[in-house]
Amino acid sequence: MTSYWNAFRVIFLRDIILASRYRAELANPLIFFIMVIVLFPFAFGSDPDLLRRVTAGMIWITALLASSLSLEGIFRSDYADGSAEQMVLSGYPLTLLVAAKIAAHWCLTGLPLIIIAMLTAYLLSLPTQALQALFLTLFLGTPVLSLIGAIAVALTVGLRSGGMLLSLIILPLYMPILIFSMLAVENAMADIPFDAELYFLSGMLVLSVTLAPIATAYSLRIRMS
Amino acid sequence: MLKQFHQLVSPKYFYNLAVLLTPWFAWLTILLMIAGLYGGLVFAPADYQQGESFRIIYVHVPSAWMSLFIYVVMAVAGGVGLIWHIKIADVVAKSCAPIGASFTFLALATGSLWGKPMWGTWWVWDARLTSELILLFLYLGYMALQSAFDDRRVAARASAILALVGLVNIPIIHYSVEWWSTLHQGATVSKMDAPSIHIDMLIPLLIMALAFKAYFVTIVLLRSRTEILEYECNSSWVSKLLNKVESRT
Repeated sequence: MTSYWNAFRVIFLRDIILASRYRAELANPLIFFIMVIVLFPFAFGSDPDLLRRVTAGMIWITALLASSLSLEGIFRSDYADGSAEQMVLSGYPLTLLVAAKIAAHWCLTGLPLIIIAMLTAYLLSLPTQALQALFLTLFLGTPVLSLIGAIAVALTVGLRSGGMLLSLIILPLYMPILIFSMLAVENAMADIPFDAELYFLSGMLVLSVTLAPIATAYSLRIRMS
Repeated sequence: MLKQFHQLVSPKYFYNLAVLLTPWFAWLTILLMIAGLYGGLVFAPADYQQGESFRIIYVHVPSAWMSLFIYVVMAVAGGVGLIWHIKIADVVAKSCAPIGASFTFLALATGSLWGKPMWGTWWVWDARLTSELILLFLYLGYMALQSAFDDRRVAARASAILALVGLVNIPIIHYSVEWWSTLHQGATVSKMDAPSIHIDMLIPLLIMALAFKAYFVTIVLLRSRTEILEYECNSSWVSKLLNKVESRT
């Protein structure tokens, strides 16, 4: 039992340490996120009323894109240098190791993204009553993005057409999360309770925590065979 | 029993079976299609509200049914191939994808042709339309992944996983989209939700649905035959078969 926990911790810490050695790479998704957000007022005009209505949507769409771009690297170096093969052969359940990698990835990209998103929400004058809803949906939704995305990354890692193919595969799977998050934020802006949407998001989080690591591990095995 | 099953799933046996069955299903398709089209275009009465233009239902609804049906067939075949390593299942799953995508596209295209006179617009962000569009994206993603690999076995297994993930997601997508659009805008005109449809209109519709199913089986058999020949191009029975064809011409 303890050795399983150890394996999880070792992989988790390894990814955190590896990322902290390449800090610039860590900042890239966040800078991308801010830059895309800044593009929106240029496109729509800086009318505060308009921005207030579309801010949450802009933040969520940009988060989807940033997540699918940053996910691409989650298995890339492991696949290239053979450590993914070592993980498959290690004797520990691959599902557990993959879960550790996904958890580390979310801590490194998802969490900072939420903080930055909250700051940009202020910047774009999102009504204060919607801030809490935006935070909760991002908090529940971004792990689901990482978990579902990891399956597709494991399937496409090392392919010629990797990045584009990845987005093509995962964006349709991301749609329910976007829909429920936007409904929650909209309800919050209209001062209506948004518990139901949060329950749905939590349900999807539970479902993907349970199933996605298994599917990811299986996909990695197929790619290694 | 088990031996018979193994025989059935061997590519050579399946190929011969497919060759045998293809003309039967092709004729069945033609007969049902003629019966259904005659019933739908001539026999069925015009709708009291929509007039003659409702007759597009005989293409639109069966293709919408097929789009989802084929996705399920594809995912289940992929899963069978994944679990029991049955080559035929991989072949069937791969041949399903373009047919399913075509039916999904057909459902969307006929739907928008129907929507223009009825709703006055080619496209509305209605729940059914949107989830059908997402289904098309799922098909396209599956086909893109399938074609990204050089190794057929890896391609089959990787895309089977994607199809299964999509299968789990389809109900979630469907209900989320339904919830989204019912909260966004009032219920949109949706003919099939009417309490019932007149029996004279229903029978041709069901015949057309069967015709589309038979058409699907025919095309899957044809596509699987070519797939098997490509898959097995190094085996002796294929080269024997090809030699026979060559000597005959």
